[in-house]
Amino acid sequence: MINIDLIQKTAEDLMQKAAIEIPDDYLGGLKKAAKDETNELPSFVLNVMLDNYEAAKEDRCAMCGDTGVPRWFVKLGNEATVEGGMFALEKALRSATAKATNGVPLRPNRVHPLWRTDHNNNVGIGAPEIEYGFEPEGEWIDLITVHKGGLFGTDYRMLFPSDGIQGIKRFYLDSLMAFGKRGLACQPAIIGIGLGGSKDACMTLGKRASTLRTVGSRNSDPKIAEMEDEFKELGNSIGMGAMGFVGKNMVVDCNIEVGYCHTGGLPMSVHAFCLSSRRAVARIFPDGRVEHRTDPDWFTPYQRRETIEWEGVKELAHEPS
Amino acid sequence: MSLREVRLSTTPTSEAISELRLGDIVYLDGLMYTAREGVYMRALEDKANIPMDLPSQSAANFHCSPAARINPDGSFEMGAVTATASFRFRKWLPEWFEKTGAKIVVGKGGMTSEDYKGYFVPNGAIYLSTVGYGTGALLGRGIENVEAVHWNDELGLAQAMWVIKCNKMGPFIVASDLNGDCLFERENAKIAENIDKAYEGTKPAVLKRYGETDDRSDELI
Repeated sequence: MINIDLIQKTAEDLMQKAAIEIPDDYLGGLKKAAKDETNELPSFVLNVMLDNYEAAKEDRCAMCGDTGVPRWFVKLGNEATVEGGMFALEKALRSATAKATNGVPLRPNRVHPLWRTDHNNNVGIGAPEIEYGFEPEGEWIDLITVHKGGLFGTDYRMLFPSDGIQGIKRFYLDSLMAFGKRGLACQPAIIGIGLGGSKDACMTLGKRASTLRTVGSRNSDPKIAEMEDEFKELGNSIGMGAMGFVGKNMVVDCNIEVGYCHTGGLPMSVHAFCLSSRRAVARIFPDGRVEHRTDPDWFTPYQRRETIEWEGVKELAHEPS
Repeated sequence: MSLREVRLSTTPTSEAISELRLGDIVYLDGLMYTAREGVYMRALEDKANIPMDLPSQSAANFHCSPAARINPDGSFEMGAVTATASFRFRKWLPEWFEKTGAKIVVGKGGMTSEDYKGYFVPNGAIYLSTVGYGTGALLGRGIENVEAVHWNDELGLAQAMWVIKCNKMGPFIVASDLNGDCLFERENAKIAENIDKAYEGTKPAVLKRYGETDDRSDELI
């Protein structure tokens, strides 16, 4: 059984790490972008961002004043049990969110959509979101927090099979253009594309593609992996860079995730994570071990399974470092 | 061309403002207040008295809500500060300029050249954009002190009017000058010259959306 106090303590640590520490994969991607950028304005911007990550770590201060809308992805191994059950787990995650909001501090961004009520702790109706996934074996629980921005850089469209790859490209470029101007999407970012699923699942796929996959990861379907490379290059060929200035770097990486959809449709979503790409992950074991990492490793073979039964690899491929 | 660095007071002289050029990098000194929709609505629509002496104390309006807390003893803890997108505040700004004499608006993404020419320039004001966006930790280092927070009870932490003392706070980028020219529009125009190449071979969606036609009697197929 996994200790509930340890879950809450770890969740508080993750909230702080996500807000303050830039994940290594994204940092590497941005450093490369800064090196390649030859235009003066975006080059200045990228170098200032790199200084900012250092300042945040040194001062234990949030990277960005808009600390996004904190949310949780929880993954459980099939044999995992949580002290107090799922009710206790959700309470712990809500408590950790509130405590970190006051502690780090984070900006209390979450308000009622109509009455604009702000509890000053990022907790409210449906907030933080908590989503669940499972793996066929394991006694552990993975806690993943993502603090994604909430306003710009995301769009959805119902395309159709006849729109094809050229239609997909068009909507991808439209989304980058729409939110890239003046830098509203806080680019260069990890761009996630969701293809298929039902409408809500399509949005979820794209969001997870941008927030739960790392720079340099590739879809296990080789043809989709090729598309990811091609789309990264396409996004960077617009001639737009950081803050919407003339530049070379719009997309630090492009991740695509798919789900089976209605035979008549091709729903598509595009999501831009931001220049702070806030995510933090920990795996907690029943014996009290806590292993921190920055790769959510959400999209395991099991998550992408196509079959009724599951006879594939039961253990996660990921070896926590 | 290399970028020019400038130190600017938050109660600037008109000469200092007139010397700024698009793309200059600016660091601010002096008092700056945050004001966004909550403050604008309270001051301009509800006609509440602004709890500062403006512009003599500060002529710099920051479109921002900080990551901050008020401690039980009444002191403040401000971590990262980052601007929020300014275009949403257009409707309040002309009256705000009139009422407060603001000369510097700091925010994310700027306004349009039409806005700059329409009410920034006549009021001798310019726009500074934050860099990145999301240099919250660096900007936090430029805060010498949090002087006050006004209207927290009425508006909440995120919308309250925070008054901060800046000491070489920055960097910011000059996004409009006293000609009313817009840095972002200049960049957009250059980018637009090459967009066709990126779009080459792509095709419009089979099913249109409203917004792609402005005639609501149109079908979308």
